[in-house]
Amino acid sequence: MAKRAAAYFAAGDIVNLGIGVPSLCNNYAPPGVMFHTENGLIGVGPLAEGLQRVESFSNANGMRFVPMPGASVFDSAESFAIVRSGRLAATVLGGLQVSEKGDLANWARPGKMVGMGGAMDLVNGARKVIVTMELTAKGAPKILKACTYPLTGAACVDHIVTEQCVIDVTPEGLVLREVLDGVTPEEIQRQVEPTLVVADDLAIMAA
Amino acid sequence: MSSKLRTKDEIVALFADGQTIVVGGFANHGVPDALIDCVLDSGARHLTLLSNDTGDADLTIGRLVHAGRVDKVVASHIGMNTETVALVASGKIEVTLVPQGSLAERMRCGGAGLGGVLTKTGLGTVAEKGKTIVEVDGERWLLEPALRGDVGLVRARSADPIGNLTYRGTCRNFNPLVARAAAVTVVEADMLVELDEIEGDSVVTPGVYVDMILAK
Repeated sequence: MAKRAAAYFAAGDIVNLGIGVPSLCNNYAPPGVMFHTENGLIGVGPLAEGLQRVESFSNANGMRFVPMPGASVFDSAESFAIVRSGRLAATVLGGLQVSEKGDLANWARPGKMVGMGGAMDLVNGARKVIVTMELTAKGAPKILKACTYPLTGAACVDHIVTEQCVIDVTPEGLVLREVLDGVTPEEIQRQVEPTLVVADDLAIMAA
Repeated sequence: MSSKLRTKDEIVALFADGQTIVVGGFANHGVPDALIDCVLDSGARHLTLLSNDTGDADLTIGRLVHAGRVDKVVASHIGMNTETVALVASGKIEVTLVPQGSLAERMRCGGAGLGGVLTKTGLGTVAEKGKTIVEVDGERWLLEPALRGDVGLVRARSADPIGNLTYRGTCRNFNPLVARAAAVTVVEADMLVELDEIEGDSVVTPGVYVDMILAK
């Protein structure tokens, strides 16, 4: 999923990665992509080892990293000015639920709200919002007609990358773009609530 | 021009019950830990904490929660601190969750003589609950009011005697915003340097925002 999501990046892009699967996207990003961390830096590099592990370079998840050449540092207000003003080419986040309109719920389950962190700003500000998640939660659909969990943002998702398929949110509805080799569109349809539009040029998802 | 260096006792004396304490730091990084010791030593209770998060249980900012000093928290995320989450669930602590960018911007406004800011963040979510929607040229925006506190606790990399500050890396985070968003701003610096040692162009937080610096 991380590899497929990273295929949306291009050289020159500034990208913010959420925790979990999204954080793995930097392993697959093309050269020339720089990563933003909301606690105040563009130019996040690989995770730090040994003496490179210093408090001053930690990502939003608290993991220590090595800054890349050309890294820039700023405070949290500046960091979100960059986010909200559309300077990020993309953000990749995990998802609990996505609706057919592209609403995203990824920060809270009812009765368990520990905080949205920067997610609400990111989904409103980044030019492309990519959600990586399992297609279902123990067989229950996560792609729904309407989200039942508290929203992170309304009509904000562009692409949904799952372990079985890639779905785009479009004005015409959810479009099935890619499926894993051997998986049929009918099998995907059975695992999601809204009716999918199957792309004319439906492709096989790269392994 | 006089030095803003103060002893720990002088700083401990700043804190009182019921204050709003604004604290820099992000996920246990760049937190003014020695100043949190000062709050603990003061015995102040019923505090409102204004900060990105509450650290981990019994670590950094979490120590104030652990010691039972905090009644209210305004933060973007409390999930790292299992103790805060449990205290909120049992009704012992009241929490207001604010999207991180809005929290930062509200602090910036609080420290810049502004009443608030208009943002798209949180529209159509629980974050707009109880908030004013403002329409400008046909576009809808959420009005996020300014936030400030009684005492601001800042962690800097270096401080000169008049409070010019630098930071390092992602330890900067909310600290420059905290420095501006409080009636009294106190700084803990990794390095206390001489006047002129920080070039004017390299100053990130000008000393004008700083009231006291914890002496080593």
